[in-house]
Amino acid sequence: MKAVITVIGKDMVGILAKVSTTCAEANANVIEVTQSVLQEYFAMVMLVEIDNLTTDLTQLEENLKKNVAGMTIHVMHEDIFNSMHRI
Amino acid sequence: MLNMADIMETITMIQDESLDIRTVTMGISLLDCADGDIEKSCKKVYDKITRSAGQLVAVCEKIEKKYGIPIINKRISVTPIAVLAGASGGDPVRYALELEQAAGTVGINFLGGFSALVHKGFSPGDRELIAAIPEALDRTDHVCSSVNIGSTKSGINMDAVALMGKTVLETARRTADRQCIGAAKLVVFCNAVEDNPFMAGAFHGTGEPDLVINVGVSGPGVVRAALEKASDKADLTEVAEIIKKTAFKITRMGQLVGSEASAMLDVPFGIVDLSLAPTPAIGDSVAYILEEIGLEQTGACGTTAALAMLNDAVKKGGVMASSSVGGLSGAFIPVSEDAGMIDAVRSGSLTLEKLEAMTAVCSVGLDMVILPGDTHADVISGLIADEAAIGMINGKTTAVRVIPAIGKKVGEELEFGGLLGRGPVMEINKKLPSKLIARGGRIPAPLQSLRN
Repeated sequence: MKAVITVIGKDMVGILAKVSTTCAEANANVIEVTQSVLQEYFAMVMLVEIDNLTTDLTQLEENLKKNVAGMTIHVMHEDIFNSMHRI
Repeated sequence: MLNMADIMETITMIQDESLDIRTVTMGISLLDCADGDIEKSCKKVYDKITRSAGQLVAVCEKIEKKYGIPIINKRISVTPIAVLAGASGGDPVRYALELEQAAGTVGINFLGGFSALVHKGFSPGDRELIAAIPEALDRTDHVCSSVNIGSTKSGINMDAVALMGKTVLETARRTADRQCIGAAKLVVFCNAVEDNPFMAGAFHGTGEPDLVINVGVSGPGVVRAALEKASDKADLTEVAEIIKKTAFKITRMGQLVGSEASAMLDVPFGIVDLSLAPTPAIGDSVAYILEEIGLEQTGACGTTAALAMLNDAVKKGGVMASSSVGGLSGAFIPVSEDAGMIDAVRSGSLTLEKLEAMTAVCSVGLDMVILPGDTHADVISGLIADEAAIGMINGKTTAVRVIPAIGKKVGEELEFGGLLGRGPVMEINKKLPSKLIARGGRIPAPLQSLRN
């Protein structure tokens, strides 16, 4: 099972580092990262494996929001994107 | 592999365009609760509802967190209570109070099924239930009521129509101190469906399984945003195509949530209701979609055509997205629940007559329309008969949910709050159809051929 983490907000130093550290703490394995910086805006989509997660998805989202303050962060199960965009 | 644009599109839909699952509704059959003693019957009803739906709210909350999509309402629909009242005798209000208590215990938002199906005539329990509606809706907050008074196969029961005009008025009177809210929980149907997840008209039909999960989606904001991004020069074939694609995506979400809830609760999955259900939130409006298609304001000439296209495109897009489609399936036009409709009524652009024409091409009927407080019961019966006739002849579901605003005149407003919204009192033709209504009897079922 995989989850998608999206992080959007004003660019600053260390966003990727903080997100990956929080993921590592929860035992979420990062599979893929796509990120772009448009003017000063940072947008990142990260795909993580959650089979061996030590917390639940809600807790992971809360930890991310706490550790990477000031950014808009969502953690959602990949099925929602698959069902919406794939037939 | 997922791409970034798809992911961002989903997130934008949920965050900025008010995409949500309107309701996960559990249908519960109460047929095995019927007992000759009303007290025993009520106890069985309470036990069955709390046993079957005890986990409903918790499961929905888990799904909300897993997928990041809000599920606005968790609801229950039950077997029409008139069936139980017929078996047990006694005052049907007793059932309403028991249902209210069960709804409170399981923590749901609405419970539908204080209903009677009388499209061809009254059986034991039906008249008693209808007579009990005003008190039942006055004394409960979560219980919703519906009465089916006509169908394409059996015609329109005009005795029931006469009765319902009085019942609607009496329900509003009894709750006059609370914005006449009782009438907002009462629907009069023609061609009612058995698997509708939407309130106030949901009930669990006798042809349904013991337990079932039905889902209703909501996404007018998403459709409007998709049309806004399209060029103003796009022709209507392209516009219909955009609506279809968007409806597909919205419905997929409903299908995902429904099948997940069904698996987690170990209850069979029923249907996804392919609907565009507006909310009073700015932007989440069906009227704004019509205006985005190209009307100066909803109610203008061309409104019925635009709505017909919208309704059809929503169905075409949704049908492929779900393994099982049902319920009311179509665009809803509840006046007080739709910011664009409210504006159109306030400015005088949208009249009751135009609304009636619109109901011929969309789901579901004259919904959440506020009438002057001094409207005669026979006028309401006439309105119900007109609307039922549209449903009967066109072979579709139509409904009337009107709220006589006791003590208020045209231009004044009622404020219900929450999903029910707010709205101005609309003008209605006050000429009396009393002789027609007093005749009673049945309007015979229409011919199904020579359809002109």
